[in-house]
Parts: sequence; C-alpha cells; structure tokens
Amino acid sequence: MSGPAPSIDADIRELVEEMRLLEDWQFRYEFIIELGQALPEFPEEWKTPDHEIQGCQSQVWVYPEFKDGRIYLRGTSDSLIVRGLVALLLKVYSGRTPGEILSHPPDFITEMGLDKHLLSTRSNGLNALIKRIFQTAEAAKA
Amino acid sequence: MSNPASPMVDWSDWRPTIDALRREFPILDRKVHGDKPLIYLDNAATAQKPKAVLEVLNRFYTESNANVHRGIHCLAEEATEAYEASRKTVASWLGAPSEKAIVFTRGTTEAINLVAHGWGNKFLKPGDRILVTEMEHHSNLIPWQMLARRTGAVLDWIPVTGDGVLDLSRLDEQLASTRMVSLTHMSNVLGTVNPVRDVVARAHAHGALVLVDAAQSAPHSLVDLNELDCDFLAFSGHKLMGPTGVGVLYGRPELLEAMDPFLGGGEMISKVTWQDATWADIPYKFEAGTPPIAEVIGLGAAVRFLQSLDWKVFHAYSDALTRYAIAQLESIDGLVVHGKAPDRGGAISFSIRDLHPHDLAHFLDQDGLAIRAGHMCAQPLIHQLGHSALTRASLYLYNLPEEVDALVRGILRVKEFFHRVLG
Repeated sequence: MSGPAPSIDADIRELVEEMRLLEDWQFRYEFIIELGQALPEFPEEWKTPDHEIQGCQSQVWVYPEFKDGRIYLRGTSDSLIVRGLVALLLKVYSGRTPGEILSHPPDFITEMGLDKHLLSTRSNGLNALIKRIFQTAEAAKA
Repeated sequence: MSNPASPMVDWSDWRPTIDALRREFPILDRKVHGDKPLIYLDNAATAQKPKAVLEVLNRFYTESNANVHRGIHCLAEEATEAYEASRKTVASWLGAPSEKAIVFTRGTTEAINLVAHGWGNKFLKPGDRILVTEMEHHSNLIPWQMLARRTGAVLDWIPVTGDGVLDLSRLDEQLASTRMVSLTHMSNVLGTVNPVRDVVARAHAHGALVLVDAAQSAPHSLVDLNELDCDFLAFSGHKLMGPTGVGVLYGRPELLEAMDPFLGGGEMISKVTWQDATWADIPYKFEAGTPPIAEVIGLGAAVRFLQSLDWKVFHAYSDALTRYAIAQLESIDGLVVHGKAPDRGGAISFSIRDLHPHDLAHFLDQDGLAIRAGHMCAQPLIHQLGHSALTRASLYLYNLPEEVDALVRGILRVKEFFHRVLG
C-alpha cells in the first residue's frame, strides 16, 4: 500500500455518502455486491473451522492478523450479498488499530439505508463476524 | 406466463372454496415493505392462524383465564373443562384409543425428547440400536444422539435415495437389534411422505417400537393412528394453524404407564414427601408445571377447524398446487427441485445454479415473498444433497396458483439482477 491510509472516520463518511447517492435499494445492493466481487481471493486453505463463522443461511470466513499494531482482516462468504457486506466491514475495519476499531461500532450500516435486520440476525453470520472483529481488537489491545 | 411443460389446470372449481378459506386468515391481507401484498410461502416453518383460533385465545384470556386442575372456583372449572376438551378433540381426531394417550407438550421437539428420556433412559441398554432416517429434522435426530451418548446405544440411519425416498432394501437387517425406530412422516426438506405403515409393520415384527414425527403431516390431516399403528407420534400446534408453544405426544397407554416422567414439578405427582414422590396417572405424569393452557385450548380450536374442512377437496387441491409449483419452478433455467417422491407434500426445496439461497430469499422478501433459505434444521441431509443451504417454498391450503406465479416471476427477476450485476 502506498501513502497513508485515510482515517476510519473519513472512510465511513465516504461509504455512507456513496450509499446515500444510490436512491434505489437495488442500486445499493448492486454497489454492495460489487464491493464483494472486488475482495481479494480468500485462499481455500484458510477455510478452516477456526476461521469459519457458520450461519444457518450463509457462511462467513474471516482471517485476522495483528501486525505492527494494526489488525488486518481478510474475509469472504458464499452468499454474494453477505460477501459484499463483509467487504464493507473490512473496508472500515481492516488495517486499523484496536483502539480505532473499538471506538467505531457498526452504526454506519443503518445510516447507509441497509436493512438493520441483515446485521441483527444470527442467520447469516455477519453479526458473529462483527463480534469476531471486536473480540480480535479487544484481545490485541490487552 | 405460459409454459408448455407445466400442467394445464383449471382452478375455477376450487376457487370459491379457497377464497372462502383465505377470508378466515386476517394476516393474509397484510402488506409488507410498504405496499407489497404478503405472499406467505413459509408454511412448513409455521402456518397462519384462522379467526376461529384467534378468537378462542382472546376469549380465554378475556373470560375464563385460570389455572387448571386445581382451584374449585368457577373460572378454574371452565379452564379445566376447556383444556380437557382439547385433549378429547385431539384424541378423536387422531383415532387414539383413549384420551389418556394424549400428552400436551411444548411442541414436537419436547415430545420426542420426552420419549428419549422417559422411555430411552429406562429401557435402552448399551448396544441397543436406535434407527432414524437420513431425512430427519434435527428435532428427531439430536434427542436420539444424546440418548445414545447417555446409554451406550447405537444410532443408525435408513438411507435416502437420490430421488429423496427411503431406501428400505436393508431395513430388516437394520432392524435386527433395533429397539426404537423414529422417523418423519413427511420430510420438511424433500416433501416426501414416507411409507410409515410398512416401516411400522416390519419394525413390530422385529419387536422394535416406532415413533412418528408428524410435524409436517398432521397439518395436512394425514394422521390416522389406526392406519399408522405406530407406538408414539408427535406434532406441533403452530404448524396446523394453532398457537406456538404447544404440541402433542401420543403414546400407547401401556408404554406411557411404564415410562418415567421427563420433568418433575407441580401437577405430575400423586404423593410427595421430603424424600420422595409418586407420580400421577398418565397423561398428567408427563405434564409438569402449569401447562400452556390457552395454547392447548387454541390447539383444540385449530383441530376443530381442520376437522370442519372437506379434505377430499383440500387434498386434491394441495396435490394439484404442489405439482403445479414444481413444474413452474423447474421451468426456470438452472433450478433443481430436491425431492422426487411420487407421494409428497408441498414443502418444495430447490437450488439454483450460481444463486445463493440467502441472496434469493433476501431479494424475494423485498417483493413481499416469504420463503425459507438455509439448512432447514436438517444439516446432514442438505450436505448429502451437496449443498450448505437450500431455498424452500412451502405451500398450505390457502395458497393460490397466482402466488406460485409471483414466486417464479420473482426468482426470474433476481436471476436477471445478478446476471446484470455480475456481468
């Protein structure tokens, strides 16, 4: 990566703005799905039980690394909508310090006009992904 | 939409009956996501409730609420009478030899757990076999896994063929040391109606007992104990238009007598000292604590509602609608329906090439279509079918062919959307 990364607040603001420009929910999902498509390949050998978050509808995998005081996250899902939301969360949380992560709960999802339900249900694994990200941050901070 | 592969059906004879039925279900007039008429195709998960059930629940709490089998006051007597009337209704609906054979539980799951504990803990020995099938809901799998772990019994499975029917070719061999066979009457994933009577006859010949999970079949009024001849049978109220939180365990009275109680507490006792207690007679021995009184009374109303229907008409209509839905769905490119049993109900699970069930269900919901996506509480079966999740549309008596058409149009729209986005 070249140059200093934008701050977590700037990234969240930009994402919320981009989403707000998309009036139709279909366009918002299109945007989300495209984010997911742009995620770097998640290597098959990382899809171990350790990195798996089993939802009853879809599965999420996440591979966290703590390096030089920052948490780097790679992730994916078998559902395209969920993969897009994983990408959205990683855009916000990956490459941040534990302190940055812990002080930014995922309230931006509702500001973006996305279904709150997507994150509150335990069925798609996103809720557990957020928990995992925050637990990783807590553990790294300790 | 015309489709040469789909059966041409004339629905007009059925229409007045189905329209009249729909008027009994206030929720079917609901709109969701703003102005989208609700199209409810998740009936295998839970069915909607007719006014007859809603009114009974309301009337009970408004006029007769009291605890049962205790108090000698007017309300307690009314509540007890209504509660026991439900037991009579259920017993006669099922063709049970006696209302003592009807135990009220919280649902199918609790009913099966009750047998696994009350019968299994007492009578199973290490090495005894428990036989289930590969198409069981987790509710009819996990209680037996837990029982096997507690007792040293061995769990075995009747295989399912590629068409989604039971492979009974090795059944007699499998029955050799089997003490209990527990199988679903109608699969919640494949829709398959299993040949229960045949399995029961062969199991009995080997001295094994049979429990039937009728959670999906009871709502379609397919349960006649005199025909099935099973030893235990379990179902839930909420899938047959009754309230949640109540279900039924039928057990042969002599088996229920011999079993230990499952839960201890109020109502299930005869005499209690500091050290010990003796049990009440069946069925009360299995109904510890204050039961779900309003729900039991509501269940009675739901059963009476089902009894009032002309099943000759509704069975024919359900079959026609199921066949129509399968044909329409299969006309979609890349869609595969899982479950090809000739004798089947309206739970229709399918997969679509390159379209994840979660993504499909999420978008269909935006159109007001309520369907199910996921492992449907049958993970081993779904994995055996080569998937981690499926989509399921499940039909009930009040569903319409137009609703099936709306589902098909919705799926085509979602497919187009993903095709466009993924280019």
